[in-house]
Amino acid sequence: MQPFKQLSGAAVALRRDNVDTDQVIPARFLKISRAEGLGDKLFHDLRFDGNGKLRPDFPLNDPARQDAGILIGRRNFGVGSSREAAVYALVDHGFRCVVATSFGDIFAGNAVNNGLVAAIVNAEDIEKLLSAVEQTGRAEVDLEAQTIKSGNYVVSFTIDPARKTRLLNGWDELDLTAQHKGEIAAFATQDRTARPWAVPRT
Amino acid sequence: MTQPLTLFDKIWAQHEILKAENGLSLIWVDRHYVHEGSFQGFDKVDARAERVARPDLTFGIADHYVPTSRGRVFNDPSLKKMVSQLVDNTKKHGVMLMGLDDPRQGIVHVVGPEQGLTIPGLVIVCGDSHTATHGALGSIAIGIGASEVSHVLLTQTFWQKKPKRTRVTVDGKCGPGIGAKDIALSIIARIGTNGAQGHAVEYAGAAIRALTMEGRLTLCNLAIESGARTGMVAPDETTFAYVRGRPFAPTGAEFDRAVEVWRALPSDPDAEFDTEVSLDASAIAPVVTWGTSPEDTLPIDAAVPDPAQVADPARAQQMQGALDYMGLKPSQKLTDIRVDRVFIGSCTNARIEDLRAAAAVLAGRTAKVPGLVSAGSTQVKVQAEQEGLDKIFTAAGLTWGESGCSMCIGINGDIVAPGERCASTTNRNFRGRQGPGARTHLMSPAMVAAAAVTGHLADVRPMLAGRA
Repeated sequence: MQPFKQLSGAAVALRRDNVDTDQVIPARFLKISRAEGLGDKLFHDLRFDGNGKLRPDFPLNDPARQDAGILIGRRNFGVGSSREAAVYALVDHGFRCVVATSFGDIFAGNAVNNGLVAAIVNAEDIEKLLSAVEQTGRAEVDLEAQTIKSGNYVVSFTIDPARKTRLLNGWDELDLTAQHKGEIAAFATQDRTARPWAVPRT
Repeated sequence: MTQPLTLFDKIWAQHEILKAENGLSLIWVDRHYVHEGSFQGFDKVDARAERVARPDLTFGIADHYVPTSRGRVFNDPSLKKMVSQLVDNTKKHGVMLMGLDDPRQGIVHVVGPEQGLTIPGLVIVCGDSHTATHGALGSIAIGIGASEVSHVLLTQTFWQKKPKRTRVTVDGKCGPGIGAKDIALSIIARIGTNGAQGHAVEYAGAAIRALTMEGRLTLCNLAIESGARTGMVAPDETTFAYVRGRPFAPTGAEFDRAVEVWRALPSDPDAEFDTEVSLDASAIAPVVTWGTSPEDTLPIDAAVPDPAQVADPARAQQMQGALDYMGLKPSQKLTDIRVDRVFIGSCTNARIEDLRAAAAVLAGRTAKVPGLVSAGSTQVKVQAEQEGLDKIFTAAGLTWGESGCSMCIGINGDIVAPGERCASTTNRNFRGRQGPGARTHLMSPAMVAAAAVTGHLADVRPMLAGRA
């Protein structure tokens, strides 16, 4: 996984609460494998109308922001299904950081597993940040300092410290778990004796 | 004196292999359910050229992409491929599969408890957000993403930050025609879709204890729609009676020993919760959703809210967007909203009790709109047919389908057409959830049946007069 330190570049403001994972990537695209890439399906039904035409008013369709790496949402981003494809679609489109006042739990877990920063900002700051990004079209994220800057406006964000460390170092979870192989095996053995009923009858 | 513990704390402690310096715990997994959508997890295992660690604790179930049509005819080869991919992945790794032709097939969150795979005191995971359903039996059940699916496949463990604990107490007694779905949606309306984010929710109180296992499964199923990591109900006599004799459940002396352990699981009387929420069951009305989030829930006798009356401009804008999508006008009575079709199904509300509740309303009546009834499992379908419920549905004009996720997520071909309005027993009224442009109103099976008979959203209570 690619480490994340700082990021400076184009940013998109999405003024919506409850952007659920069905909006991030509609379920009919979940058959697509990661190898094929999901970037062009990101926000598909918000970006395109029923005839497949781009909706000019959707922020991501701004030609100047096609290479955006930072997305500013609002309350409860990534709520809903567990589909990791929502994170794949964001990452494959080029996003490395999403900012919101709160995130769906499973989405936030999926994000860190793919090197995507899910940064939490308070409700007052998010409105200012949305406005700043709408004007400047750009933002800078510093994960170590936990700040986001757009124009002259700087806000602090929160992120779970364990997730921050993983993102900064680009650590893969499975590599971390591999260090505990012995403990897992020992647990499995004692648990088999302690809870024999927990194993399904065959 | 030892510290009083919650139900969640007790099960957590029994599964915590270690707690790392960064505060995350490595948790042992007793059951891992996989379905067609879990292919991304298997792909990661294959990419590392490794094997599934515990195929004996992993169970495959075909549900998301299966056709509900008679004879299970695939209209689209890409759907068939999704199912055959699951067949291949489970076969390759020696994982048991309840596939398309298996009499035990059904929706994973219906099948797990039904087969006795889900029992109290376990940690259960699945790459599906509605996994909290299984918490109804008194287990920690958590929905996970594809990376975590591959982690569990490879290690039978996953990393979790211990969530905070919320107790939702529902005391009193529900009125006639009001059930678990009304309770669950009323809780979400109260606390919001992020109200329980980062929390494990325990549902308690007289109204919860009075629920059948089917009702508890519906309640916990919707925990995720309040943002909760998991939802749980303490195991009791209702739970033990439900588990006893199920195919994969412990038997004989082992069952008795398990029950002894399970009796010690309920939260200690003085256990502390980080958050407490309480509702009065007698104040809960039959509810429906009007918007595009499950928190957009109102009693059926209310009217569509008016964004002009909302002080917060962000909320007003959000509300207007939902009304535009749903094709509704402010202050319109909910009972004046006409529907184009109905759907009775999904992991939320397609168990035998749900089908009986809908049939009780539909018996001797005709639906004014078309609709599909898809049982939660093939076993439920068989039982419903033995009880003659299928005849009631078809006599009313509804279609009686095979079991699967079907029109809840609309990826098996069963979709609501663009602009069409559907009264649905499912869990999400998100934009496009039941198909691009589909408009979804969530409600209980009895309320969906009432909408079918009247052709509009309707209060089921008068329609139950003189019926059991």
